[in-house]
Amino acid sequence: MESILYGLFLLGAVFFAYRAIVSKKILSATIYLACISALMSAVLYLLGAAQVAVMELSVGAGLVTVLLVYAVSVVGDDALDPPSVVPKPLAFGMVGLVMILLGWMAFPAIPAYFERGSLTLAVSLWESRVLDVWIQIVLIFSGVMGVLGLLSEKTPGKFEEIQR
Amino acid sequence: MFTPLNIILFGVVALLGVGFYGLLITRNLIKVVMVLQILIKAVVLALVLAGKLGGNPGLGQSTAATVIVADTIVAVVGLALAVQVRRRFGTLDVPKISTLKG
Repeated sequence: MESILYGLFLLGAVFFAYRAIVSKKILSATIYLACISALMSAVLYLLGAAQVAVMELSVGAGLVTVLLVYAVSVVGDDALDPPSVVPKPLAFGMVGLVMILLGWMAFPAIPAYFERGSLTLAVSLWESRVLDVWIQIVLIFSGVMGVLGLLSEKTPGKFEEIQR
Repeated sequence: MFTPLNIILFGVVALLGVGFYGLLITRNLIKVVMVLQILIKAVVLALVLAGKLGGNPGLGQSTAATVIVADTIVAVVGLALAVQVRRRFGTLDVPKISTLKG
């Protein structure tokens, strides 16, 4: 039963990922991306990572989707994805090669069962990896600056004023 | 063969493959940001799985949380850059942007 649920969720995620890539409209691709986030958070919850699942759902399906919709509304949905420079058969071949190599390296490494550990998320995050938390705070600050850049209106700079 | 571990690993490899394919064929700057999001989702799942397999689920989950935060910042900054590029050059086509001057 568990395997079927994992299989269904991940199959859906891969399908939506492909649809997001081949979709011509950016707004549709944004909705597909939100669906991937929702399915991934379900898989993470089944894996026992409930906090990460909540983060993925709120940030991936919520915040990033809102930002993408805002960006699409600013640039316009007429900004379609032009045809690829790389021929599609070549891209398929290269990706197939990468996937075979990844599978060849990753599959022999997995044991037959999940091991149980004692270190919880709270202990790991707040005690073992305090430096990472500080880095995250700095990252969030730079993200706020990024949002300001996203929201800022176009104003003539010094270079453009000199040109006039 | 079809244990949960194998299925999740199949999913991770498939998502990474779709993401790499998207990076190769996508030319729109906003869609490049979206493809990066797909790749990061696969990596987050792989990190949680690796933590669980290694007997240290807390470490894998905390690393995944850090990656989610960093990924969101990448998306925000990338979208801000894309909006500014569109306003300045009038296009989001990556090959055209790379050949423009000014």
